[in-house]
Parts: sequence; structure tokens; C-alpha cells
Amino acid sequence: MVSSVWRPTDSFADGLWGIFPIIIGSLLVTLGAVAIGTPLGVACAIFLAEIAPAPVRRVLVPSVNALAGVPSVVYGFFGLLVIVPWIRGQFGGFGTSVLASWLILFIMILPTIISISTDSIRAVPREYKEGSLAMGATHWQTIRSVLVPAASSGIIASVILGMGRAIGETMAVLMVAGNSITIPNSIFAPTSTLTAQIALEMGYATGAHREALFAMGIVLFAFIMILTGLANLASRRRITY
Amino acid sequence: MEAKRRELVPLALLWGAGIATLVILIILLAYILANGLPVISWHFLTGEPALWGQTGGGIYSTIVATLAVTGISLLVAAPLSVGGAIYLNEYTKETPLRMVIRQAAEILAGIPSIIVGLFGFLFFVIYLAPLTGGWSMISGGLTLAFMVLPISLRTSEEALKTVPTELREGSLGIGATKWQSITTVVLPTALPGIITGLILGVGRAVGETAAILLTAGGSLNLIHSLRDPGRPMTLNIYDVLSEYRDTTTAYGTAAVLIIAILAITLITDWLMNNYTKKLKGL
Repeated sequence: MVSSVWRPTDSFADGLWGIFPIIIGSLLVTLGAVAIGTPLGVACAIFLAEIAPAPVRRVLVPSVNALAGVPSVVYGFFGLLVIVPWIRGQFGGFGTSVLASWLILFIMILPTIISISTDSIRAVPREYKEGSLAMGATHWQTIRSVLVPAASSGIIASVILGMGRAIGETMAVLMVAGNSITIPNSIFAPTSTLTAQIALEMGYATGAHREALFAMGIVLFAFIMILTGLANLASRRRITY
Repeated sequence: MEAKRRELVPLALLWGAGIATLVILIILLAYILANGLPVISWHFLTGEPALWGQTGGGIYSTIVATLAVTGISLLVAAPLSVGGAIYLNEYTKETPLRMVIRQAAEILAGIPSIIVGLFGFLFFVIYLAPLTGGWSMISGGLTLAFMVLPISLRTSEEALKTVPTELREGSLGIGATKWQSITTVVLPTALPGIITGLILGVGRAVGETAAILLTAGGSLNLIHSLRDPGRPMTLNIYDVLSEYRDTTTAYGTAAVLIIAILAITLITDWLMNNYTKKLKGL
């Protein structure tokens, strides 16, 4: 299973089921999206919870909800017609690539990170903030050294849940990642993920090939359970304050 | 003074993050709508699909398929989620069982759609094929029900929680039984919240693709029974792009889909606002 050749319809070798490159692809795509989405998402959450004036918030909160409501296939469509040609034009290659997946996925995990982080920053007791301001700290000093540390467990949980969303995302990645089962040697090279490969091959897979796809589903499920467990652990820490 | 001036940079960055999020949404919506709205016409919405191998044509059959799978999922998930929420909120105390059920719903909500699709494929499409017709609207709809359920269960439970305890006690105090007070006092008060949860579930079902890809079949023909395979709008976007790169039909379908989802979001917001106003008026 951890070998690196995936040739499910190879009649000579009786099928080869190495999903190692696919797991690497999934992790690579997920970590990159989280690396881009976390700073923007957390900053936007701090902005929403602490800085945005009421009218701005009234526009931004439904916008974040709308971002969460856009179907994944529409994100993939947008990626395929806008981001992929842009990458092809700027950097060469096919355009369908690791980078294209990052640029689409980070948008898709923003709502998760923003809404959970905003809630946890707002859940910090008022006294913390007032105490800090009363001691002469400025608003930014208070945000940086009081509010964000106090909300850190919720913020971490939001990032982990965003990671779960990214690793489980199928359609958008399927449409922009290129679905090539090799370990990519640059961010402009195509890659594949567990989700995309299941979606792509399930329609015609039979016998052992189908079982291999189910095994990939189980690997993906294990990742999700680990991430959910970690997110629960992170947010449970909040009680100890 | 120096400290204040140095703070302008981080504050500007935070404003930037908020604005960037808004701009991303606007670009996305503007791009899809600008390209998709001109495609939408009466013929596009009600016409027959193009013949195999050709581009263009109407998307009537995909709209019907979306309505079919969404309707089935709602028909299954609505009674389960409302019943479940009543049980959790009215009939149990904070017991381990209740925590287990809630945790299970939480986990179900976090399971990626492709895995729900795999389960639906194995269970409804293959195992229950004699009943569901294999790849069909029933298989797709039942699979979607698993994705709608956790959302509407959680929202219904929240809605029941907001019903003031005094209302329940008042009803019980004038001699109503527990069931009578649930049906005549608690449920009507919580109804807008429950409906909001169901609409959120509908939004999820309408926008879902990966689970549908593995269970609904993908035939472009108009369905005649719920045991027929069909192709909901989301799947149509993916299929017309990967089959013949028919961007025109994809733009049009995506625009219809986006408008439907935005309408659902606006209706939920409106219901929520009315609901909170009504609760305050009590």
C-alpha cells in the first residue's frame, strides 16, 4: 500500500496499488492551503471581532457565510478558468498544479477559520480586555498580548478544522490539481489527492481496484478522525481558563 | 505616541485582511454572474439538453434532478432531525447518551463528502440496488440526507433551546401534558429556527457534488421516476467541462446555482432576523 506505483489497470503486473504519492499529494495540497489561509483567516477574524465598525461587520459576516455556501464545483470551475490559465501564462507548464490547488483551497477554508476564530476571540471575557486597556496598553497591544493568546485554543481548533476541510475537499481539487500520480517536484507540477482519485476512478473501478479505492477512503477517514480529535483536544483546553 | 504610530501597520494589515476576504467573494461572484447571466434564457432553463457530443442546449433535466435529490434528502432528514432535536432537548438530561449523539452528529458533519459518497455508493447503489435502482435519484437523495441531517439537527436543537422555560412551565402549569405542550407551545415557537435549519440543509444538498458523482448516475435524460439516474446541476458543471469543455453551459448552470444558493442564504438571514424580533416581542 505504501509503495509508490499506482497502476490499477495494469494487466501484466496484476495491478499495482501504491498510494504513497497520492497521500503525499493530499498532505502537500492541504498544508499549503492552510499555510496561506491561516494568516489571512485569523487576521480577518481579529478584524471582525475587534476592529470592524458595525456597518462593515454587517456586510462582512454574511459575505463570509456566502463564501461558505458557494458549491465546491463552482470554486473548481473558477480555478479551472481563471487560476489555471493564469499560472500557465505566468510560469509555464500545464497550469493544473499544486499551486492552483493551494490558491483555490485556501479560499474554501477561509470561512471555517474566520467564523470559529471570531467566535473564540469574542468569547474571551471582557475583563481581560478592559484590564489590559486600563493598565495603559493600546488596542493593538491588547489584541496581540491578551486577546489572541486567550483565544489561542479556539484559533488552533479553527485551523485544524480548516485542515480537515482542505484534505476532504474533492471537486475543486479534482478540477485544478491535474490528477497526475507522481510526487510533484515543484509547485507548478500537477499532483493528485486521495479524494480526487476516488472521485475519478470509482465510476469504472471493479474488483481489487475498487477495494483499493475504498482503502484510500479509509486512509482519508483516518486523517479526518485524527484532525477532529486534535481539534476537540485543542478547544477543550479552553475550559481550564 | 511612538507606540501608536507603530501600530498603524498591524491595524492596516487587519483592515486589509477583512477587505481582501470581501474582494475575493466579489471577484468570484462577479466573474461567474458576468459570464453566466447572459447565457440564462427561457430556453436555457426549460430546454432539452444538447445531443451527445454537442455543446449548448437547455438544463431543464438537471434542474429537475437537483430538485429530486434535494427533495428526497429533505423528506428523510427533516423528520429525523426535528424528532432527534425534540428528543435531545426535551426528553433527555445532560446524560452520556446525549453527548454521544451530539458528538456523532458533529463527526458526521465533518466527514468529507466523497466519503459519504463512497458509503452511499456501497450501501444504496450496490447493496440496495433492487430497491433504489442502483445509480438513481433515490440513492443520491438518501446519501445527501446524511449530509443534511447534522446541519438541521444542530440548528433545530439550538432553536428548541431558545424557547423560554417559562413557556413550557406555563403550559404544563395549566394542565397540558408534556406532549401537548411540545406540539402546541414549544414547536410553534421554535418553528422559524427549525425551518432555518432545514433551509441550511437544502443549501448543502443543492450545492453538493462529490457524493452525487458516486451515487446519482449522471444521465442527462429527464428522469421519469425516482429510480432513474440523473444529473443534478452541480454535477452538470463538472461533466460538461470535463466532457467537451462546454464553458457556456457551465457558466449558465453555475449562475443559476449561485443565484439559488444566494437566495437560500438571504431567506435564512431574513427568517433569522424575524425570528429574533419575534422572540424579543414575547
